[in-house]
Amino acid sequence: MRGFVAVLLRDLQLAVRAGGGAMLSLIFFASVVLLVPLGVGADHKLLAKAAPGLLWVAAALAVLLSLDRLFQADFEDGSLEQMTLGTAPLELIVLAKVLAGWLTTGLPLTVASPFFALQLHLEGEAALMLTLTLLIGTPGLSLVGAIAAALTLSVRRGGLLLSLLVLPLYVPFVIFGAGAVAAKVAGLSAVFALYMLGGLSALALVLALFAGAAALRLNLG
Amino acid sequence: MWHYANPKTFLDTASRFEPWLWGLASFLIAGGLYAAFFLAPIDYQQKDSVRIMYVHVPSAWMSMFIYGVMAVASIVGFAFKHPLADVAAKAAAPIGAAFTFVCLVTGSLWGRPMWGTYWEWDARITSVFVLFLLYLGYIALWRAIEDPTRAAKAAAILCLVGVINIPIIRFSVDWWNTLHQPASVFRLDGPTIHPSMLWPLLVMGLGFTVLSFALLLLRMRTEVLERRLRALRLRAGGG
Amino acid sequence: MRLGRVAVEGREISAERGGRQLFDNLHFAVGPGELLEMIGPNGVGKSSLLRLIAGLVPLTFGKLIFTRNGKRLGDDDPPATSLLHWLSHQDGLKTVMSVSETIAFYGRLFGPSQREDAVLDQVGLSAKAALPVQYLSAGQRRRLAFARLLISERPLWLLDEPFAAVDAQGRALVQGLIASHRAGGGTVIAATHDALAGDARRLSLGSVL
Repeated sequence: MRGFVAVLLRDLQLAVRAGGGAMLSLIFFASVVLLVPLGVGADHKLLAKAAPGLLWVAAALAVLLSLDRLFQADFEDGSLEQMTLGTAPLELIVLAKVLAGWLTTGLPLTVASPFFALQLHLEGEAALMLTLTLLIGTPGLSLVGAIAAALTLSVRRGGLLLSLLVLPLYVPFVIFGAGAVAAKVAGLSAVFALYMLGGLSALALVLALFAGAAALRLNLG
Repeated sequence: MWHYANPKTFLDTASRFEPWLWGLASFLIAGGLYAAFFLAPIDYQQKDSVRIMYVHVPSAWMSMFIYGVMAVASIVGFAFKHPLADVAAKAAAPIGAAFTFVCLVTGSLWGRPMWGTYWEWDARITSVFVLFLLYLGYIALWRAIEDPTRAAKAAAILCLVGVINIPIIRFSVDWWNTLHQPASVFRLDGPTIHPSMLWPLLVMGLGFTVLSFALLLLRMRTEVLERRLRALRLRAGGG
Repeated sequence: MRLGRVAVEGREISAERGGRQLFDNLHFAVGPGELLEMIGPNGVGKSSLLRLIAGLVPLTFGKLIFTRNGKRLGDDDPPATSLLHWLSHQDGLKTVMSVSETIAFYGRLFGPSQREDAVLDQVGLSAKAALPVQYLSAGQRRRLAFARLLISERPLWLLDEPFAAVDAQGRALVQGLIASHRAGGGTVIAATHDALAGDARRLSLGSVL
């Protein structure tokens, strides 16, 4: 557990000092929100209808962009192999790094999402539902992404490959995340979609621990 | 069992079986196509366009079946560390991707007369589209990692993550879009499709299966030979 | 030594990388208080052998036997990876973290740790404790990497080119650290171009084919 906390705190420290911290993903999110009305027109109804899906896609892309850095720097400077020699199992190290990553990407997006929702004319309960789905779903996005980030670790300029591996796996998250909000807008119950989203994130946790650690070991060898 | 897993034995056995597989596949597919074009009745609504089904549906079966083959090969390769299983998984992927692509294209062509559009975001075609991307990612990962042993393990992890996700993706897409036809061939209470349309479909399905195995053996032989070439070159390269 | 005295023996070890044979049928043994020097030109797999022993690369051919206090490591014992330190070409340092933050992090990562200031004193970096790593010279960074070996006591040291990027003064320091580790019952395996100590065991990794 000491190892887990050590890695978590260190990664947060590094993100704040060198990685631009939480700001980068927020700026990205804001830029997407800006581009969409400019691309499709500022019709309030159209924007409100598209908003749940749009914000979810933007969140998925923001998480995707952060994955490249998740293990890469530590792999290149040798910190990652030192971590395999620590007292904490590699699975816990993966979890610590993903958690630190989520705290600096997924969480800020989630917190800021009601404001972006307002910009796209998604208001009231629907906006809060969006925040709730992001809170439940973005950890899953980070976890699934960690598997692909670990798999592509030794690939030079693996960014594009990484997105090819990750985006198909994001399909259910976007469907149930945006679906829950759309259901709320339509006056239907969002409970089922929320349960599914929670289940997806839980499954992603299990998969990321084992597949992620296995992929890291593989690439360290 | 392991006897056939020896690369030398495999090469010999595979080259002996292959011609028979090619012959059988040609026979089945020719027969199936003849039945599809000349014996099977036309649909009273869809007219002749229903005949696309005899290529579309077996391709869809193959797209799933080959991913299953890859998954089994990945598990065997990961658990028993046998290189031939890795070779099988690697060789299967482009075949699966090709059938998935055929399924998408024929589905699109069929969609035009049926729904009046080349692309309908129907649940099944959408899941096939996602499956196609999974195949492409798998192939890309194999190509990106130079060392074959490492590539095999990484690809196996990806394939297994994919296998766990495919039913979930399918389920989520179904939930997202309930505007799809109910699956009508394989059901517990028996097929609802008329027998005169069913048997050419099954013949085509069988033909595609045999064809897949023939292609798989061919690609596996190529891969084994390529690896041997690589080993020889490494030796010639000094060290 | 808190974690006991460790010996390592390798039997019939072979390794390849990317289909290329690195070494074949290798035997070696090193006990507590001893230093094993691996000598050989670049590209013969010295680093690979160290990575094998460190558990970073899975062993496919041959046997690696770890003994602690004369007994073979069993299932109830801590894993071999928790008994060793690994020093590679990559220092594992982050430029934006300070010297003391760096060493504190590794202390927490590796388990029960020594006093940070005492360790920094041993490698001659006390005066730089508050400085971010980016302001250190190459030699100072290397010393900080060595401090990692001291912050948490582990009986087996695996050193890949310990003299790389150190000046004459640093060289004496490194030799002193290795000597005192051995004097305390520690075991050292080092890949090196030039001799580290007169009484070392030698393992010559064959010439490039």
